[in-house]
Amino acid sequence: MSTPYAKLPAWADYGLIPFFNLVVAFVVAGLVVLLVGENPFRAAAIMVEGAFGSGRNIAYTLFYSTSFIFTGLAVAVAFHGGLFNIGGEGQAYIGGLGVALVCLSFDSILPWWLTFPLAVLGAAGIGAAWAFIPAYLQARRGSHIVITTIMFNFIAASLMVYLLVGALKPLSSMAPQTRTFAPGGQLPKLNWLIELFGGTVRSSPFNLSFLLALFCAFLVWLLIWRTRLGYEIRTQGFSAKAARYAGIGETRIVLVTMMVSGALAGMMALNPVMGDQGRLQLDFVAGAGFVGIAVALMGRSHPAGIVPAAILFGMLYQGGAELAFEMPNISRDMIVIIQGLVILFAGALENMFRPSIQTLFASLGAQSSGVSASSSERA
Amino acid sequence: MESFNTLIVVLDSTVRLSIPLLLACLAGLYSERAGVFDIGLEGKMLAGAFAAGAAAAVYGSAWAGLGAAILVSGFLALVHGFASITHRGNQIVSGVAINFIAAGSTIILGQAWFSQGGRTPSLDAESRFGAITLPFAEAVQDIPVIGYTYYELISGHSALTYFAFAMVFVTWWVLFRTRFGLRMRAVGENPAAVDTAGISVPWLRYRAVLITGVLCGFAGSYLALAQNAGFVKDMTAGKGYIALAALIFAKWRPVPAMFACLLFGFLDALAIRLQGTPLPVVGRVPAQLFQALPYILTVILLAGFIGKAIPPRAGGIPYVKER
Repeated sequence: MSTPYAKLPAWADYGLIPFFNLVVAFVVAGLVVLLVGENPFRAAAIMVEGAFGSGRNIAYTLFYSTSFIFTGLAVAVAFHGGLFNIGGEGQAYIGGLGVALVCLSFDSILPWWLTFPLAVLGAAGIGAAWAFIPAYLQARRGSHIVITTIMFNFIAASLMVYLLVGALKPLSSMAPQTRTFAPGGQLPKLNWLIELFGGTVRSSPFNLSFLLALFCAFLVWLLIWRTRLGYEIRTQGFSAKAARYAGIGETRIVLVTMMVSGALAGMMALNPVMGDQGRLQLDFVAGAGFVGIAVALMGRSHPAGIVPAAILFGMLYQGGAELAFEMPNISRDMIVIIQGLVILFAGALENMFRPSIQTLFASLGAQSSGVSASSSERA
Repeated sequence: MESFNTLIVVLDSTVRLSIPLLLACLAGLYSERAGVFDIGLEGKMLAGAFAAGAAAAVYGSAWAGLGAAILVSGFLALVHGFASITHRGNQIVSGVAINFIAAGSTIILGQAWFSQGGRTPSLDAESRFGAITLPFAEAVQDIPVIGYTYYELISGHSALTYFAFAMVFVTWWVLFRTRFGLRMRAVGENPAAVDTAGISVPWLRYRAVLITGVLCGFAGSYLALAQNAGFVKDMTAGKGYIALAALIFAKWRPVPAMFACLLFGFLDALAIRLQGTPLPVVGRVPAQLFQALPYILTVILLAGFIGKAIPPRAGGIPYVKER
C-alpha cells in the first residue's frame, strides 16, 4: 500500500476485479480436472450443456438457484451489518422445522395458497429465532458471532436428527423423515414458466419459491438501500464507532440484522421441503447454507449480483450432476472445490489483483491525459 | 472390579478419541495466539488425513504418510497465510475456503486415484502407526488396579498419541519459556509494539501458521494411520470445529486445552458406550445430546457464564504496517 493507486472506475471495481478473481478460481479448478486426468474444456462444455441444454435442465438449474438466492441474501444482509453469519446452514435446517410443522398441521385442511404464507412465516420465524441467540450473545455477552454460529450449525444438526428419528417420524416408518404432505402442503411447480419460452419440461422440482426468492431479493435491496434501518445497518457495518457516535443502537442493529439474515436463510427450506420432496428429510439443506457465502462474496452483497451468482452456482450444481454421468471420475464434489476456490479468490484474496489493475489504470490514465495535453498543445 | 474395568475401557477410548482433537487444538493455538484466526483446522486435518492415507498406501510406510500429510497440510496453511497475512484478506473467509477445497478435492482425487468411492486402500499393519507396548506392561497387567491401568490405559497407544501429549508440554514451554513464544504472544496482542521493536510481524505470523499446518498434518495422520486403516471420505466429521471449541474452552492455553480435549473425547466415548442404555435418575439420554454437548458447552462458555474466554486482542485483524 506504499504506492498511491488511482481510484478505479465503478465498472472495474464491481465488474473487472470480480471477473478476474472468478477466472482464476476456474483456472485452478480446471487444473484439478487435469490432475484427475480429464479434459477441463470438455468438462466445462458438458457442464454448460447439462445446465442449459434443455428446458428440463434449465428448470433444475433454477431449482438449485432458488436455494442459493435465499442463503446468499442471508449472508449478504449480515455482511452489510459487519457480521459474518456462517450459521446459514443451521438456520435453513431448523427453518425446515417451521415449514414441516405448518404443513403437517394444515396440509389436509387448507389449500396450498393458504398454507404457503403460513409456512413462510414458520420458516422465517424459526430461522430468525435460531439466529437471534448468537446475535444476542454477540451484542450483549461479547461472544464472537462466527464461532457461535458454527456451534449452532452443529447443535441444529443434532436437534434435527433427534426430532427426525423420534417425534417427527411416523410410527409405521423406519426412514428418518416426516410423512409426505397432502397436496395442501406442496407448492405448485413453475414448469409452465419455462414452457412459455419454448422449453419442454416433463418433470422438475422447479417451484413457486423461486418467485418468492426474487421478491426477497427485491425486498433486501429496498431494505438495505432505501430505508432508514438499512442505512443504520450499513453504517454499523462500515464503522461501528461512527454508528455509536450517530446514536445508532448497536444491540438493536446486531439483533435485527441477524434476525433478517436468519429469516432469509430459514426461508430456503421452503424450496426443497415444500417445493420438491414434500416432506422433511435428514440433511435436506445439503450445503446450500455454505454456498450462500460464496454467492454473497461473488455478488458483492448486492441483490443484483447475488441473483446471477446464485444462478451460476445453480448451473454448477445441475451441470455438475450431468458431468458426473459423463465423467465418472468427476463427481458432484467438484462443485465443492469450485465453491472453495471462489470463496478463496473472490473473498479472502479479493485484493490480490487490485494493485496491479490499479497501476494499470493509473498508467493508462497518465497516458491518455498526456495524449490530450500534447494534442491541445498542437492545436 | 467390573465397573472399574469398564471405567478404564471408557477412559482408554477417551484417549483414542481425543488425540485428533488435541493435535488440531494445539495447532490452532499457535495460529490464534499469533493473531491469525483459523477456522480451517477441519480442512487441513482432512487434507492431511487423505495425504497420509494415500501416501502410506502407495509407499507402504506410515512415515511416508506422515510426511505427505505434513506437506499437504503445511501447504494449505501457507495458502491461509498468503491470503490473511500477505494480502490482508478476511481470515474467516480464507478458513472457510480451505475447508471446502479440502472437502471437495479429497473426494475427487481419492476417487480418481483409487476408485474406491473416495476411500484410500485399506492399510496393513506395516504401513500404520501400531500400538506401542510400554516396558513391563505385559508383566504387570495382572496386578489389580495399578497394573491393569498401566497395561490398558497408559500402554498400548500409537507413537502419535504419546507425541500429542508431549506436544502439550512442548507447546507450554515454547509459548511461555522461549523468546519465540513471547514474541508470538505479543504479535497476537499488539503487533504494532512488536513491529516497533524491529521484529517482522509477517514472518512471525507465517512461522506460527506453518506450525499450525504441521500439527494439523499430525492430526490427520492420526485419523488415517492410527485410529483407522486408511482414509474415509469426510473422516474428520466436524472434529476441526470441536478442536476450535476446545481451544476457546481452554482460553487459548496448552494444558487446559489438553483437559478440554479429553473432556470432549470423554463425552464422545460415553455417548458410544451408553447408546440405548438408560441412566439412573435421568433415564435414557439421546445420543444426539452427547454429540451436541461440546458445542453447547462452548456457547455457554463464550456467553461468559463459565468464566470468560477472551481471545488474543489482535486476532482476526490484518496488520497494516503503514497507512
